[in-house]
Amino acid sequence: MCSMKTMGADSQIADEKSAAAATRKQNLHTIIQVVGMLPVLILICIGFEFATGKFLTARNISIVMQQASINIVLATGLTFVILTGGIDLAVGAVLAVSAVTAVSMTLTGMPDLAIPLALLVGLALGAVNGSLIAFFRLPPFIVTLGAMTAVRGLSRLSANDTTVFNAALPFAWIGNSQLFGIPWMVIIALAVVAISWFVLRRTVLGVWIYGVGGNPDAARLSGIKVWAVLLFVYAISGMLAGLAGVMSAARTLSANGAQLGMGYELDAIAAVILGGTSFVGGIGSIFGTLIGALIIAVLSNGLILMNVSEVWQLIIKGLVIVGAVALDRYRNKGSART
Amino acid sequence: MLFEMTGITKRFGGLVALDRVDFSVREAEVMAIVGDNGAGKSTLIKTMSGAHAPDDGVIRMAGEAVRFRSPQDAWKSGIATIYQELALAGKMTVADNIFLGREIKRPILGIPFLDRAAMRKRTAELLNQLDVHVPSLDSWVETMSGGQRQGVAIARALNMDARLIIMDEPTAALAVAEVRKVLDFVTRLRGQGKSVVLISHNIQDVFAVSDRISVMRHGRRIAVRETRTTTPEEIIGLITGASEVRAAAS
Repeated sequence: MCSMKTMGADSQIADEKSAAAATRKQNLHTIIQVVGMLPVLILICIGFEFATGKFLTARNISIVMQQASINIVLATGLTFVILTGGIDLAVGAVLAVSAVTAVSMTLTGMPDLAIPLALLVGLALGAVNGSLIAFFRLPPFIVTLGAMTAVRGLSRLSANDTTVFNAALPFAWIGNSQLFGIPWMVIIALAVVAISWFVLRRTVLGVWIYGVGGNPDAARLSGIKVWAVLLFVYAISGMLAGLAGVMSAARTLSANGAQLGMGYELDAIAAVILGGTSFVGGIGSIFGTLIGALIIAVLSNGLILMNVSEVWQLIIKGLVIVGAVALDRYRNKGSART
Repeated sequence: MLFEMTGITKRFGGLVALDRVDFSVREAEVMAIVGDNGAGKSTLIKTMSGAHAPDDGVIRMAGEAVRFRSPQDAWKSGIATIYQELALAGKMTVADNIFLGREIKRPILGIPFLDRAAMRKRTAELLNQLDVHVPSLDSWVETMSGGQRQGVAIARALNMDARLIIMDEPTAALAVAEVRKVLDFVTRLRGQGKSVVLISHNIQDVFAVSDRISVMRHGRRIAVRETRTTTPEEIIGLITGASEVRAAAS
């Protein structure tokens, strides 16, 4: 009787120990995921400061943030999509259509409608992608790959295959002025990040997005309208691409339907993955995406400051992206769903 | 009678998977379903849980005739199924899983914000009711043991106000200590007035917790026995058909 009691107590202690170990392991996991690439970002910044001596100046930081802002907005939209286990390859092309729309509208009689219409175009294109994925159950990769091509055609069509330009762009302040010394581009990008963080972490919709990505069957069984969640994430991704288009147009006072936004989707995807959001869905954070986008911007800026040739810049950036995917794999080791 | 099926028939092409099956569960009763592989156990619970629509027959829940077009319909009538492949999201916390699709909201300016404090409190209560021990309410479900996950899945069903909980082989692939824990969950559910349908290959487990045992054979429900008055030998005889052979011989 007595010995049995001790045995019971022993196994309970063992249970508690293994439970504590599991919690510790998970805490470590969570920490890696949350701060994830932040130390890497800081190290890269310090490295560039040592190498160039002019990286960590207020002026240069402001430039880096401004260069990162468009990618931050695109990547934030993509984070929503990738959290559900999907992908949106069309964001670069949607950005171009929206930029062309915004600039063209300022040349018509209704310049006030430029920004709302640009956002609406992005939202509508995203909603089309979302509908095809949610209602027809087509694979997101295929749908948005097609959309990337078709929307690119649309953007060339809307600009008559030329560059639309307006020297007196009414919303040029977005791209070129500051509030309390902080560029508006940066303020907008950080506001988008903050709102998205709230939606994902504090609202019911956020839990549903993680739920749909984490286990679609469980989500469906719980009565979550999976179609509505999918429609929402692609529409948001489209609308944020539209916002990025407005920002891009404001910066250059122009929009070229053929060239603008080419390959932007790849930088945005790289930022999301660098930020620790898993391609499988269900895991990731907006904060991580912000860090990821900053790493990419810092890399570009620092390599330019170091006079690294453009060819090598591409190679280094590519290696970083592959390294990030390797990290993603490592992070998900032990989960059967990868 | 909480749940009643009469004359349930299900055909897959030429194969009759369920042949005029009658099946019922009382309030606060643990009803076990036993039978050989292919006897129709899985098809039967799939018709209960809304995954299959029967070709013929009537299903009544609390006296009312119901038709399930999907597992969600069954959930809404208070029938929850704990699948072998548990319907939990591995990378979500215990509380988030229990409340998935049923979040407690605290609207601010019309935006449905999550009331995490209330959800944690209710989660702790539910787990306490079942005597489920988890490392922490914020642990990911995938870091937990099979038994703990069963516990979370059952807590989820309780939170959905399920009155009939169907468990398909809940003790398969569990360590011995965990099996006892899961059987304990079943007893606790009954203690709270819930009914449980338990499918198991393990006759020992069935005798440990059930009130009645339904035996399936060749798509028919060939016998129902009170667990108190039957023996494992009789049940095994029914499952294998040995008793039919004996009856034919005598």
